[in-house]
Amino acid sequence: MQKILFQIARTGIISERAPAADESLRRIAGRLNDEVLRLLGRALAIRHVDAGSCNGCELEIHALNGPTYNLEGLGIKFVASPRHADLLLVTGPVSRNMEVALKRTYDATPEPKLVVAIGDCGCDGGVFGENYASRGRVANVIPVDVAVPGCPPEPAAILQGILTAVSAAKS
Amino acid sequence: MTPTLPGIQLAPLAGAVPAWRAAVDARQWRAGCEAAARAGGRLAALWASDERDRGRGFCVRALLVLYEGLVCLELLVPEELQTYPDLSDVFACAARMQRAAHDLVGVIPEGASDRRKWLRHGAWPENAFPLRREFKAEQKYSIEDDGYPFVRVEGEGVHEIPVGPVHAGTIEPGHFRFSIVGEKVLRLEERLGYKHKGIEKRFESMTLEEGARLAGRVSGDSTVAYAWAYAMALEGMTGARPSARALHLRALLLERERVANHLGDLGYLGNDCALAFGFSQFWRLKEDVLRSNARAFGHRNLMDRVVPGGVACDVDGASAQAMVAEASQLQDELRTLRSIYYDHAGLQDRCITTGRLLPLTAARLGIVGLAARASGHAMDARVHPGFAPYDKLQPKLASHRNGDVAARIVVRFEEAFESLRLQRLILQNLPQGALRAPLGEAVEGAFGIGWIEGWRGEVLVALEAGRDGRVRRCHPHDPSWQNWPALEHAVIGNIVPDFPLINKSFNLSYAGADL
Repeated sequence: MQKILFQIARTGIISERAPAADESLRRIAGRLNDEVLRLLGRALAIRHVDAGSCNGCELEIHALNGPTYNLEGLGIKFVASPRHADLLLVTGPVSRNMEVALKRTYDATPEPKLVVAIGDCGCDGGVFGENYASRGRVANVIPVDVAVPGCPPEPAAILQGILTAVSAAKS
Repeated sequence: MTPTLPGIQLAPLAGAVPAWRAAVDARQWRAGCEAAARAGGRLAALWASDERDRGRGFCVRALLVLYEGLVCLELLVPEELQTYPDLSDVFACAARMQRAAHDLVGVIPEGASDRRKWLRHGAWPENAFPLRREFKAEQKYSIEDDGYPFVRVEGEGVHEIPVGPVHAGTIEPGHFRFSIVGEKVLRLEERLGYKHKGIEKRFESMTLEEGARLAGRVSGDSTVAYAWAYAMALEGMTGARPSARALHLRALLLERERVANHLGDLGYLGNDCALAFGFSQFWRLKEDVLRSNARAFGHRNLMDRVVPGGVACDVDGASAQAMVAEASQLQDELRTLRSIYYDHAGLQDRCITTGRLLPLTAARLGIVGLAARASGHAMDARVHPGFAPYDKLQPKLASHRNGDVAARIVVRFEEAFESLRLQRLILQNLPQGALRAPLGEAVEGAFGIGWIEGWRGEVLVALEAGRDGRVRRCHPHDPSWQNWPALEHAVIGNIVPDFPLINKSFNLSYAGADL
């Protein structure tokens, strides 16, 4: 126990400031009103759905839970069920074997809800594209509010996408 | 030294690893595999191709790992017959590979006890085979119900817990069907294939050079291993020789990928034992490694840094010095955290004897990589003779004989330390040379194999050239093919709440095996 406490004290607090929202990432504006977004932004529950990624984006999503990005410090946390979620964070081109599961997850998420698509594959199908087994971008299967490009996007970019989704649109 | 298999003529394959190929008939297919198994060999991969456009029916290939190197057996399957002899009684791990080969090409393993579909769910019908030449990549069928026949466990008090495909954490999708009594797991049955996105068909629309980028995205957490294996296969068939500098830089990237993944896993293993401290500490260290990757190589996860012919990055003196200093610092940090993990009674209590895979079971299942080493099997492609640049670096193989979660933690720690030593060694003795060698032409029908020990286990790529520098067939093979069935065995008799911990201790790839 002593060693753990010493290590914690030695490490200190290493969390960094969160990035500002970036409106250029938004695909659908004004869907939820500002009051709802303000409430969600202060205590956001996220359900991650990997709909067919190469697992590269997952590596960077994991990093958000680490001390550097300290997601929970912002009032944002990952939850175990879509029924507890306000926002779906979806990675991958949507494989056709995951299409039904993704739609069901979306349907199980209570309104008001947001969807953030992560990575080049989530944005436009990426290197996998569309074929007999892949539906391509996430928006081909469920409505997407914010899409974050990158292969994979860095954790700060993913965080920025999440924060953009819950920030009130300045239009 | 050429291996000997009864009555089989082996022809050497050009490339960086000792490899041979042989055309066999149905009798030799079985006899060759039986002889290989008796000699301590194992099955690395099995896949099929459509050769009807060349008037040769279908072709099934079995890639074996023997002490001397790799042997690829090639069996032609007549179009009107479509059957070939089952190998799953010789190599248990063949079962799922044969089921996948049927789903994609339509070849039937005669005598196999498990003929259920595997990669096919409901996205294409039973009589359509995506890797046949006439199957159009963009062909879309309406989605049908999967209707997969799970094995039912019956008896008093037995009930089922279905989990997934969407899991409770940030995990890839797959379905686990637990049959349990009380808290105890009687049987786990995996249903994978949810991430199947037609990668092998996609390869066939690409040039050989374009394929490198896709290969690096078969399983993103092993992007360096895949990119290197693909490059190795392509270089073998075109006769390209990467310079000593390029090979050393590849090894540096591979070892950095290994360390980053081991750090992440060690963090999650602590987290799954309710030691959130471990998660924070290891992910802090992992973040440092990834940021250093971004500074030195321009990409946190090192995607597209290994390219056919060499590498797409370089290391200068200052950068090398910085990375050597970081490696020493990381080693000290790891020592501290290791002593905390090893002394933590709660953590050890959760991990010791949990999820045991005994050496004999591991051997029968033909498992590979980190999990095999933690179950007493000394295998690591890096220590295979003549494997440049590792032959000069002499990596030390880490192993343990307990085969439990604790053993897989120990092996991760040992490998991370060894990997840091290798990184320093490479950085301090980086030879001169071109970063990228010219590739040369690949003639139609040229065939190459790549074999790389990634952090999870051996990654293989088999590549065949088509006309005009295009990919005719590419089969990337993830170590998870072999190790997923082992997870089903490792959880037997454990309690359900220990499953996430056991699963994490293997940390297998869904994407890599779903293709």
